[in-house]
Amino acid sequence: MNFTISKRARTLSMALIAVGAMAALYGVISDHSDHHQRSWAALLVNGFFFLGIGLGGLFFYALQNATETAWSVLVKRVYEGIMSYIPVGAVVIVLVLAAGSMGLHHIYHWMDARLFDETNADYYDELIAGKSAFLNQPFFWVRTLVYLGVFMVFARWFRKKSLQMDGLTGESLVRTHILTYKRGALFLVFFAVLSSILAWDWLMSIDAHWFSTLFGWYVFSGMWVSAMITGVVMVLYLKRKGYLPQVNNSHIHDMGKWVFAVSFLWSYLYFSQFMLIWYSNIPEEVTYFQQRINEHSTLMWVTFFINFAVPMALLMSRDAKRNPRFLIGVGAVIFLGHWFDVNMIVMPGAAGHDFHGIGLLDLGLFTCFLGVFITTVFNALSKAPLTPVNHPYLEESVHHQI
Amino acid sequence: MANKVIYAVYEDPEQLKDGARKLVSNGIKVKDTFSPFPIHGIDPIIGVKRTRLGIAAFMYGITGTCLATLGIWYFNVFDWPMDIGGKPNWHYYQNVPAFIPVTFEFTVLCAAHGMALTYLIRNKTLPGMPARNPDPRSTDDKFIIEVRTGDNHGHSAEEITGLLRTTAVFEINERQY
Repeated sequence: MNFTISKRARTLSMALIAVGAMAALYGVISDHSDHHQRSWAALLVNGFFFLGIGLGGLFFYALQNATETAWSVLVKRVYEGIMSYIPVGAVVIVLVLAAGSMGLHHIYHWMDARLFDETNADYYDELIAGKSAFLNQPFFWVRTLVYLGVFMVFARWFRKKSLQMDGLTGESLVRTHILTYKRGALFLVFFAVLSSILAWDWLMSIDAHWFSTLFGWYVFSGMWVSAMITGVVMVLYLKRKGYLPQVNNSHIHDMGKWVFAVSFLWSYLYFSQFMLIWYSNIPEEVTYFQQRINEHSTLMWVTFFINFAVPMALLMSRDAKRNPRFLIGVGAVIFLGHWFDVNMIVMPGAAGHDFHGIGLLDLGLFTCFLGVFITTVFNALSKAPLTPVNHPYLEESVHHQI
Repeated sequence: MANKVIYAVYEDPEQLKDGARKLVSNGIKVKDTFSPFPIHGIDPIIGVKRTRLGIAAFMYGITGTCLATLGIWYFNVFDWPMDIGGKPNWHYYQNVPAFIPVTFEFTVLCAAHGMALTYLIRNKTLPGMPARNPDPRSTDDKFIIEVRTGDNHGHSAEEITGLLRTTAVFEINERQY
């Protein structure tokens, strides 16, 4: 059965885009920061957050292929839908980075060549100059385009093969399946490296003096958990609309488990990064947290509380993970929590003293992006049968029971 | 009439599940099944109650958290305030990040050991306990259903074995008990 976007969903997502864009526009007009840097930073936050969901979805999809997981076959189209947002998200990220390159904002202040010029005593920054082998514009752009290129090529390929498998049976179906299994594993190798480096490039280099070796995994776990929440909420929505009739309680339970488990992965990485930096108390490392604790302590602690304590307390029991309404409610809270997290990563470094907490600008952009995201994903979902027609593990997935 | 216990031996877990389904749909209570490995999905068929091991694990874990916190507070803060890396432990909350890893590990330790012990005791499979499976082949390549006539007063032993013979059973053994 093909998914058709209901009129209500279409109107609602259009309304989200319109209202969000208006609120954001008001925010941009009333933003008096230098170069509108505060607005650019908000665009980066939302651009990255939603691109991250797409990437998390792609990662999970590749993981399911590489591990030949059977239960998730019934819901694979939902993740293909989430993956379809990647090109849109890529455009936003490239826009923000290109604006930085052209000097329209100074979120990435290492992009200023004067920092590397030893003869220019006013601007020369020894610490950043020492990183110039990695943090220079040409190499930065090569890396950025490589990440986005690799992700989009793989996402397109997975989608193409998945649609192809719908028309295959027998030997050729199995052959294609084995191929997606191998490509899934290959993608994970790429993603393991690229996800870490892209976090350094796009987020960690905002605080160019600071570094944390754990940062890449921490950002990656945030993307992953956001994608898992999006996946389960989408599936619950589709089920409520009468689609995906074969998805049963056990599938929902498993997807709830993923939200729970990856929330813990995130908490573990967040805490590991914090605890080691707090304990060693080295000036060049501790600046990151000092700035956040001194100036934005509410945001910082609320983020950690929402993303750790809420899933732990509310999603631990089996009944909670099998209750659609409860799952959607908790999912929505953690989803916002991870958006706060990206704000917490980006804003203090990118907007500095122009950041007075999350305001209309941020919420407006968030709403607008949410509308775009939903529209893109729904469009992709409506283009293919929601339940895969053919897959070697389809039967096993239908009978999934835990 | 003496009570009888009937063992239906199968060669495949799926055949055993089909057999068990047939018995249950005819109103016969299956006492237990024995197999070399866990049979996926057998619990709802023969009506095994959902395990409460998870709740037990949670209790053990919380106990571990409390014990660890109490221990850390007593040893490191109350009895002899330690000063490690220029971070004196005058109060527990001052250095709480440093205490989290230990608390976490102790929680896991208590939950895991408590759960393992509970599991072994509840199954009566602690080391040295006598084996309770009726047939040593159930530890190798056979899958066994146990039915007791004492649980099934409406059905005679002949009726049950007759019904079992219509399934893909490998052999049927009866015993008095």
